[in-house]
Amino acid sequence: MSAAPVPQPAAEHAPPTAPAGGTALLAGPRPVELRLLLTPPPPRHAWRLVLARMGAMCMVELQKLRHDRTELYTRAVQPALWLLIFGETFTRIRAIPTGGIPYLDFLAPGIIAQSAMFIAIFYGIMIIWERDSGVLTKLLVTPTPRAALVTGKAFAAGVKSVIQALVVVVLAALLGVALTWNPLRLLGVAAVVVLGSAFFSCLSMSIAGIVLTRDRLMGIGQAITMPLFFGSNALYPVSVMPGWLQAISKANPLSYEVDALRGLLLGIPAHLGADFAVLVVAAALGVTAASLLLGRLAK
Amino acid sequence: MTADTTPAPKAEAAVRCTGLTYSFGATRAVDGLDLTVEQGEVFGLLGPNGAGKTTAIRAITTLLPVPAGMVSVFGLDCARKKMQVRRLLGYVPQQLSADSGLTGRENVELFARVFDVPRAERRARVDEALAAVDLSEAAGRLAGTYSGGMVRRLELAQALVSAPRLLILDEPTIGLDPLARAGVWDCIAQVRAATGMSVLVTTHYMDEADEHCARVALMHRGRIRAMGAPGDLRAELAAQLDADPARVSLEDVFRHHAGAGLTGADRPDEGGDFRDVRRSRAAARR
Repeated sequence: MSAAPVPQPAAEHAPPTAPAGGTALLAGPRPVELRLLLTPPPPRHAWRLVLARMGAMCMVELQKLRHDRTELYTRAVQPALWLLIFGETFTRIRAIPTGGIPYLDFLAPGIIAQSAMFIAIFYGIMIIWERDSGVLTKLLVTPTPRAALVTGKAFAAGVKSVIQALVVVVLAALLGVALTWNPLRLLGVAAVVVLGSAFFSCLSMSIAGIVLTRDRLMGIGQAITMPLFFGSNALYPVSVMPGWLQAISKANPLSYEVDALRGLLLGIPAHLGADFAVLVVAAALGVTAASLLLGRLAK
Repeated sequence: MTADTTPAPKAEAAVRCTGLTYSFGATRAVDGLDLTVEQGEVFGLLGPNGAGKTTAIRAITTLLPVPAGMVSVFGLDCARKKMQVRRLLGYVPQQLSADSGLTGRENVELFARVFDVPRAERRARVDEALAAVDLSEAAGRLAGTYSGGMVRRLELAQALVSAPRLLILDEPTIGLDPLARAGVWDCIAQVRAATGMSVLVTTHYMDEADEHCARVALMHRGRIRAMGAPGDLRAELAAQLDADPARVSLEDVFRHHAGAGLTGADRPDEGGDFRDVRRSRAAARR
């Protein structure tokens, strides 16, 4: 192919031997050979496009984790402390009715849900950071509908949370919590964590779309994570709560996430069907709200 | 299905703005902009901070609604056919937009994915884009370790991987040293020679525009004050002033057409707000 003189517009004013590197300043542009970059890729449509965007966003998250696992380790510290200190102590006190299982076992699913939520809540700050740099702008100029972008981010949060949850599961197992190792149930655990994180990341991205600045969002993030945690059944069963807190807990998706995790991991009675239904609806509402509010960040 | 990819009729301009007007609150950022970028040309949109360049770019890149006027890319209405327009665009924003936590290759791969490059082609396409900007060897390193010029070239590769027909560059050489600037412009010239794509570029640097743009539009306070080939604009002003054309720069042309008010003291309401400054400094820091 190189033997025949191919007529190329760029080849005419190319130097015979262009030196490599930045020294080609005076020699003018060196010709680049492009074959694939001459034709645009064929478009995907509808649900295949959404799936592809989800895949792309999740891939980015995994690649980042592969390059830098620091966050994975530092984020394991807090759940470890909850299990070790709070869990071990309250197991001894036996103050909380757990339906016959050790308190540490009761607590472990709650801590998994909590650490997943903490990761997801961070996504609003991340999207503001991406707005302030040019990352978000550039993604919004790709053939990616806002809902697909938000769904992609939401599931990326889910993937990251699942990896974090895995760390907590191992921690809990090391502390002697009797968890299931049934692969089907663990798959269910992953699904629950993904759905819960999708909701909380969308909640956070929606708030980001309202408050628009990182400083405000950090304050709000701090202000809502603890109430969400304490206003759920993560630390204690709904039955011991005062009436008003029970009402809050009923409206809190974290409670359904914890309930499903307890059912799947410990095999205690749970309302798996209702839990999944609530989490799916919450995630869908979250994606809708965040997609509608994302435009405010793009302006 | 094919309607998405079928190119518009040949005669269609790469970009056509007619009467584009956009206001932020009481400030009219773009005020009746008429602009045509022909297919295959490098068109420069010049002006000081707050002239309305970035707002115009955001309307063309489908990021802003078009409340008054009409903006089209290859004949497609930017306000209505957003998805189809985006598939024709390669966009490099002013700010640092490569992800420092990913390698160069992964950064380009992401854009191959979001532009629906089939898996079978992905690797080859990404390789080609990286080679086109001379980053093949550094592709495996984290973008966070790149120099400013390399980051800009990486961002170019991200924009090129989808084979755009119109490349939009917002201040591509801001904050770069002269050598890195030349490297970025070289890349643009090479790829354009190989693909024949149209390029719309904004810049503060009049000398760069003079050298690299076939035509320029001088923008000030939301309006175009002069438009044409840099050489023609200089010759015109030289004839008017009865001066030696070689000694008239594009900057003189700009001063002439924009009149007073370029120093910024008398335009407190225009541009260069805190976020703009933070952005351009952040871009300069890399």
